[in-house]
Amino acid sequence: MNRLWFGFALAVALPLCSAAAQDDETARAGRWADLRQTLFGDRQVLNGDGKITLDAQDRALDAALVPVTIAVQNPADVKALYLVIDDNPAPVAAHVTYGPAGDSRLLKLRVRINDYTYMHAIEETTRGELYETHRFIKASGGCSAPAGSYDAAALADIGHMKIRPAEDSGAGASFAAQLLVRHPNFNGMQMDQVTRLYTPARFLKSVEIDHDGQTVLSLESDISLATDPAFTFAIKGAKKGKLSIKAQDSQNAVFEQSFDLDQLGS
Amino acid sequence: MTTGALATTRRRFLAGGLCLCCLPAARRAIASPGPFPTDEIAEGVHIRRGFDEDATTENEDAIANVGFIIGRDAVLVADPGGSLADGENLRATIKQKTDLPIKYVVMSHVHPDHIFGAGAFRRDEPIFVGHARLAEQLAQRGDYYAKGLAELLGAKRVGAPVAPTMEVREKAEINLGGRVIVASAHPAAHTMSDLSLLDKKTGVLLTADLVFVGRIPSLDGSLQGWLDELAKLKAIGAARIAPGHGPTAVEWPIGAAGLEQYLKVLERETQQAIASGKDIETAITTVAQSERGKWKLFDDYNGRNVAEAYKELEWR
Repeated sequence: MNRLWFGFALAVALPLCSAAAQDDETARAGRWADLRQTLFGDRQVLNGDGKITLDAQDRALDAALVPVTIAVQNPADVKALYLVIDDNPAPVAAHVTYGPAGDSRLLKLRVRINDYTYMHAIEETTRGELYETHRFIKASGGCSAPAGSYDAAALADIGHMKIRPAEDSGAGASFAAQLLVRHPNFNGMQMDQVTRLYTPARFLKSVEIDHDGQTVLSLESDISLATDPAFTFAIKGAKKGKLSIKAQDSQNAVFEQSFDLDQLGS
Repeated sequence: MTTGALATTRRRFLAGGLCLCCLPAARRAIASPGPFPTDEIAEGVHIRRGFDEDATTENEDAIANVGFIIGRDAVLVADPGGSLADGENLRATIKQKTDLPIKYVVMSHVHPDHIFGAGAFRRDEPIFVGHARLAEQLAQRGDYYAKGLAELLGAKRVGAPVAPTMEVREKAEINLGGRVIVASAHPAAHTMSDLSLLDKKTGVLLTADLVFVGRIPSLDGSLQGWLDELAKLKAIGAARIAPGHGPTAVEWPIGAAGLEQYLKVLERETQQAIASGKDIETAITTVAQSERGKWKLFDDYNGRNVAEAYKELEWR
């Protein structure tokens, strides 16, 4: 664009900017209204200020890996959490239901972002109320892309898991840990190196976490999770005993692994 | 102004909800149409220095070092530019220097700032040369890149990605008449599709983005792989190289020092962050901060590099 044209365009475009942005906001609000209806029907979704927070980069550094943190103020009241990425092809990135051994105060995930989008975190209380918070995420430019390449060698490791103590270890009544699962979480955009055909979507569909036989949480997910999904969550009680993980992917492959928490360290 | 024109103007200035007209436009580089200046870094090897910026409407994504090599019989383009507009300008630059046919267009890796100009050379019917994994990476990301660039430049000036017609798995020799260029395909390093060129006539190595100078490197392949490939490149007896970003030529291997230092700090501090239980969000804001003063665009890319390094190293 030459300087003259740019200056002219600037002059005429300025008054239009806010109108166009408003059109966009209207479309985004409509998208969320549709999603809300699909997920929750006619149930009221209340403002979650003071109940639930959602943290993420305002501008995604890497569209293929955006760390997201959800924190709730009254974990004892929380039955389930949802993370919804409005403009992703499969918007419900995670639906986490807590069991008796789960502490919902903290949930961290890594997701993909396909476009500029609103992200919503919703808590469902034990009384059935819904509280919502949201933020807007800009996709990154440069070399970032939501579909990364995945080395065939890494597929040999599929389903392999790791547990790490999380930095935030709570105030004694519970502790936080991070689960890593080796899985390409193919979203259907990856291509086979040899055949040059698109690899069908294959993603982690569910994860169930038990602590000494009591349910911590169960998670349902889809292609919005980044490659090699990672989850940080909190568990009630002291850091000992056995943590059992059972994960299943969309091709019904089941991956199971147990960890002795006494060996975990801090 | 008609309604249609109005709508176009609005679209042009609305990049996914972000009003470009509300951004500060001061002091940004402006690309102008037609031939641009190049440095002849060795006899017959011409390189244009890219702007040390991210893509903008004004710079037309002319942000990478791109150029061409003139042989006795033919011309080889070594990265066709960051957009169709940039590629057209590069082509005009070549036509100003020589009447020889453009027979090869080499695409050094998948990133848009290096290869979106390829379409400008289609009329020359060249052989489009790329790494054996370039087609796969382009199929995965090409449309996404094109969409992002189109928001800045408009689709017509962005062009479409071009798939390679000659794929290099290990090494290939390209003869320009009295001048042989060796193309080497690298394992995952800067990206998963890095191709470097060695001009046997002058001994100049065109590393593209396997080497960054002054402008922060971007990690999009493998940190360990990049360190390994850099060590091998340093052992090549080239006196000078043309990096993908920074000056058009630097002495070698001394010109690798800054990059090597950055990658090693990134590796060491990311490993430390993982070992001490720091999560990825914390690592993104704390790792490699001692390098900040040394690189342009540090704040735009360092966090992303840390995330890439972290997800690679946490599985070690």
